Amino acid sequence: MFLTGPLQSLGVPYAGAWLISYIVSILVLSIALLVMLAFLLLADRKIWAAVQIRRGPNVVGAFGLLQSFADFIKFVLKEAVIPAGANKGVFLLAPLIAFTLALAAWAVIPVAYGWVIADINVGILYLFAISSLGVYGVIMGGWASNSKYAFLGSLRSAAQMVSYEVSIGFILITVLLFAGSLRITDIVQAQAPDIRHWFIASPLFPMFFLFFISALAETNRPPFDLPEAESELVAGFAVEYSSTPYLLFMVAEYLNIVLMCTMTSSLFFGGWLPPVDVWPLNAVPGVIWLLLKVWFFFFIFAMVKAIVPRYRYDQLMRLGWKVFLPISLLWVVLSAGYLFAIGRLS
Amino acid sequence: MAWLDRSARSIFLWDIVVGFVVGLKYFFAPKKTLNFPFERGPLSPRFRGEHVLRRYPSGEERCIACKLCEAICPAQCIIIEAEPREDGSRRATRYDIDMTKCIYCGLCQEACPVDAIVEGPNMDFSTETREELFYDKTRLLANGDRWEVEIAKNLELDAPYR
Repeated sequence: MFLTGPLQSLGVPYAGAWLISYIVSILVLSIALLVMLAFLLLADRKIWAAVQIRRGPNVVGAFGLLQSFADFIKFVLKEAVIPAGANKGVFLLAPLIAFTLALAAWAVIPVAYGWVIADINVGILYLFAISSLGVYGVIMGGWASNSKYAFLGSLRSAAQMVSYEVSIGFILITVLLFAGSLRITDIVQAQAPDIRHWFIASPLFPMFFLFFISALAETNRPPFDLPEAESELVAGFAVEYSSTPYLLFMVAEYLNIVLMCTMTSSLFFGGWLPPVDVWPLNAVPGVIWLLLKVWFFFFIFAMVKAIVPRYRYDQLMRLGWKVFLPISLLWVVLSAGYLFAIGRLS
Repeated sequence: MAWLDRSARSIFLWDIVVGFVVGLKYFFAPKKTLNFPFERGPLSPRFRGEHVLRRYPSGEERCIACKLCEAICPAQCIIIEAEPREDGSRRATRYDIDMTKCIYCGLCQEACPVDAIVEGPNMDFSTETREELFYDKTRLLANGDRWEVEIAKNLELDAPYR
């Protein structure tokens, strides 16, 4: 870790330096993420409003920049209502699980070369496992609320996330075949030095679209926001939640969205690598390039929310099982064959 | 070949792309929202807002306490008491409007023979307590003095249609 060396030279023993540097980097990443999230939430609302020719929040701070912080204070100061019929323990545990898992996934995300808390060699597998666990927060919240809308929402959400995880799994396998490693740093490095080697410029191009659409479904974003479907289920699994527990659910949801944007950039768009490896561009720090890519994909996420009508439940399932799964499965076979033919698999 | 056309559109996400372009067009379009407390939409001269009691240019109050407004008020929110003044003219000693009962129908304004009670263009008169909305004669006359310019203009604009 980056602080271990300097701390040791100050006379701190290795174990202490190791611990301090990890705690500091975790804090820095979490706080930076949450602050970025506050502005991304505002951006989401602003983009949505702009497409509908509205202004969006513009009262708190200049251009409404402090809106998310005002919302945060509002959420925290509100009374946390626990329904009489709810299972109190599980009801309060669910948002904590959702939030913790959403933050935990970021441990293996490299924000620039070497800037990663845990550079484990099964990073993609870890991410996949964490995002599969995310469904527990939703289904526990829906069940513990003891409300029919919440329960229906959580059932839908569980089915949806499980369905799309299958095709995401195959898409990830295709990427892994090309990269030859499960470590995210290696996957990004396999796309070095610039756009000519990004996976978007390879046979993985269609997979990017499948991955992006699956990411929309995986994070319960419109047009696949059936778990919350505000016009039919009020707010789905979150209907009984208020105050801080609801805030945790919402932050977890947006953290997952940003995670999916980051994964899209890292897996297909070369993560922290500059688009063209020439002087003024490759002098920009990698974290800036990653941020720009993440913001771009977040913009697409927000635009999709604004322009695409919600899918019906059977259409969602049809798309997941009868379109995405066969295509991604076929593509795994085709890419493996292609790589075998050119001799990169042996 | 309709099926081919349909499949091609579906595979290449044609609808999404077109939707995205339309969305971007509106994204950069001028916003329709009025920034309300700072920008306001146009109001008709017939807009029925807060009530005022008007005066003649001489400063004499117009109301002659004929109680036509009290009689016609469908919500019965107007209470008038009257007696002759020292100079012998008939004047209201009490003119109360319960603004919480009022339905802003404008019938009092229609009934008034001397254009004394008029509903002005003001709509920002919400209060923190219910009691503040029980208007008395002093308050209504004060409103009249405050809004006289706008009200006179509105009445003049509306006069050709009466």
